[in-house]
Amino acid sequence: MKPILIRGGRVIDPSRGTDGVADVYLEGGKVAAVGRDIGTPDGAMVLDASGKIVTPGLIDLHVHLREPGQEELETVATGAMAAAAGGFTAVCAMPNTDPVTDNQAAIGFIVSQAQRAGKARVYPIGAISLGQKGQQLAEFGELVGAGAVAVSDDGKPVVSSHLMRTALEYARTFGIPVADHCEDPTLAAGGAMHEGIVSTRLGLKGIPSAAEEIMVARNILLAELTGGHVHLCHMSTRGSVELIRRGKESGIRVTAEACPHHFTLTHERCEGYDTNAKMNPPLREPKDREAIRQGLRDGTIDAICTDHAPHHYDAKEREFDNAPNGIIGLETALGLVISELVVPGLLTLPDLVNRMSTAPARIFNLPGGTLAAGSPADVLIADPAAEWVVNPAEFFSKSRNTPFTGRRLTGRADVTIVRGQVVFQRAG
Amino acid sequence: MSTPSLGKDLVGLEPLSAEQILLILDTAEPFKEVSERAIKKVPALRGKTIVNLFFEASTRTRISFEFAEKRLSADTVNVAAAGSSVSKGETLVDTAKNLEAMRIDMVVIRHEASGAAQFLGQRIRSNVINAGDGKHEHPTQGLLDMLTLRDRFKRIKGLKVAICGDILHSRVARSNIWGLTKLGAEVAVCGPASLLPRNVQDLGVTILPRIEDAIQWADALNVLRLQLERMEAGFFPSLREYNRVFGVTNERLARAPKDLLILHPGPMNRGVEIDSDVADGPHSVILPQVTNGVAVRMAVLYLLAGGSPDWAQSGDESPSTSSGQALPRAERGER
Repeated sequence: MKPILIRGGRVIDPSRGTDGVADVYLEGGKVAAVGRDIGTPDGAMVLDASGKIVTPGLIDLHVHLREPGQEELETVATGAMAAAAGGFTAVCAMPNTDPVTDNQAAIGFIVSQAQRAGKARVYPIGAISLGQKGQQLAEFGELVGAGAVAVSDDGKPVVSSHLMRTALEYARTFGIPVADHCEDPTLAAGGAMHEGIVSTRLGLKGIPSAAEEIMVARNILLAELTGGHVHLCHMSTRGSVELIRRGKESGIRVTAEACPHHFTLTHERCEGYDTNAKMNPPLREPKDREAIRQGLRDGTIDAICTDHAPHHYDAKEREFDNAPNGIIGLETALGLVISELVVPGLLTLPDLVNRMSTAPARIFNLPGGTLAAGSPADVLIADPAAEWVVNPAEFFSKSRNTPFTGRRLTGRADVTIVRGQVVFQRAG
Repeated sequence: MSTPSLGKDLVGLEPLSAEQILLILDTAEPFKEVSERAIKKVPALRGKTIVNLFFEASTRTRISFEFAEKRLSADTVNVAAAGSSVSKGETLVDTAKNLEAMRIDMVVIRHEASGAAQFLGQRIRSNVINAGDGKHEHPTQGLLDMLTLRDRFKRIKGLKVAICGDILHSRVARSNIWGLTKLGAEVAVCGPASLLPRNVQDLGVTILPRIEDAIQWADALNVLRLQLERMEAGFFPSLREYNRVFGVTNERLARAPKDLLILHPGPMNRGVEIDSDVADGPHSVILPQVTNGVAVRMAVLYLLAGGSPDWAQSGDESPSTSSGQALPRAERGER
């Protein structure tokens, strides 16, 4: 493995509070040095980063890679490649595969597929309950031993408060967070979009904001009760942001993530029954979108994740009620964050790196998220000013389900380095 | 003066202008007379092929469309979901594209998914007419309700119409709200709050919480069908209590300041949302609604097929000239 010298970029590393032009030298899969005017060591590959930003690689806490079970939609390898192309050096794969990733063998399979792919790192998330059925706890100890970094029944809420309580308590033994998809299933049942004026007009069953907020409140209360770490997935409502803010003020161990679509789009996007606007949690109202933005600005929401959810064209080419939830996001996230949050001045670039790399690493206790000497050589070189148009035909993901086709974005990944090796380099 | 056209499809009344809605109602007037003739047929759609694609059970709407098509001399085929390839898992698009490969001109679709008609219309070349899609719209029902109101009141503008019952799950309510408000009527919705859609007032309607309020306020009540499964799903306690609190009864109507016109899209639950003596009473236009349904659907089919609304001058193709009767015989409450 050749050493790499990244020369002359704006190096942004919130973990050390640094932001300035510097060289970054990677050797032996580690960050060897960051500083001004590092000479070119013998045999090093030199990457010119002038005019670019150089940051710890992005980390996505929430993706669905569909393997095993639905390899026609995505595989660990294609997902890890899409991640690399989007600037991510690590992604965390949710366990709602088929079969469910609820045992050490399944975790080991994901780990080995990720190693074979050799692109972005893929960290498996184990299931909270066997089969994600919400009844019996999965074997967290064995899951963690095989490589799981968190547990979640994502896609399904943990309905039983008792099970959630015991999961939070039991997870403390292993120092992992319990990530929950917050949704009261009796309020959300049959819902296809946000409950509001648009669902009323379209005649679609709505999912009220309260369906999410009830579970957010419950989970925060259970985190307080147990002292466990609850991580709240894909927050979408103003009320959720307010509840988390209060929970954090009380010193409760709650962290939260939000997705680009929830700070970019609103329920009006469902007009015309566009199934690429169908997701769960659903696109909400302008006040919710604004609250998510403010939550990301003030840190109430710790991390930006994609909830990358590949679906086949045929599955989305359906009546709205009958189409599956979710969109892909790995290859549009960075551009959306820069275009929607950095360009308008809501986040600085160091804030972005914090929300997309440093904070996610901290929340799931992952390597990376820093360029400190000796840390893994997982690095992103991005052009924050690049103008481009979203064209799903160019995606590395196997799926194409995005509501952002044709959207003009600013900012994208140029080079993605994982373990000191270039895994993605944009042509031209 | 240019005549507004309807475009390719009729998926709802929300996308239509007041002029387009009036065009349909005005075009329906001469078609009413066709159904009163001994030989109930005009050649307007001769040679056109129409498929009635019904994924949900329907008696009134399906037969009404079929009569409308046949009285316009179209060739029609009925497809029901059960017994077709839909029951073998074929998608809506594939079903329709296969039908289209047999060179059809129009599809009338009833489907349980909101947006199904629009979805289909965007994917096939044939004209698509929505005969009810989920909880979204049932435009021809809205049109026939308006035609019936106009027959009785000679106007829509300024009329006070209260739509009563399960607004949340009703496509009839939505089409009525769009159509009536576009034509300048005042619209109220009345029902248990658990059966009103979120933010419904933002559609430009007033919420009247009690049926007594609606009866005091309205010129006409459009009483919706209450479905038993909504009780089982916990939206209201019982049919008995619904009738006691929200039922349209002669006793309640007797306290109205004026006679109210009573509409119901059917099928009725007698003794639940409406009492029999109201449904069969002198102010009920429930059967004239059904009669008007055929005329309205003839008008929609005719206009979407490219027919000119200027019938009176259009020679032999015009049903009004062929009968020698220039003006329609409107329903005037003699039933």
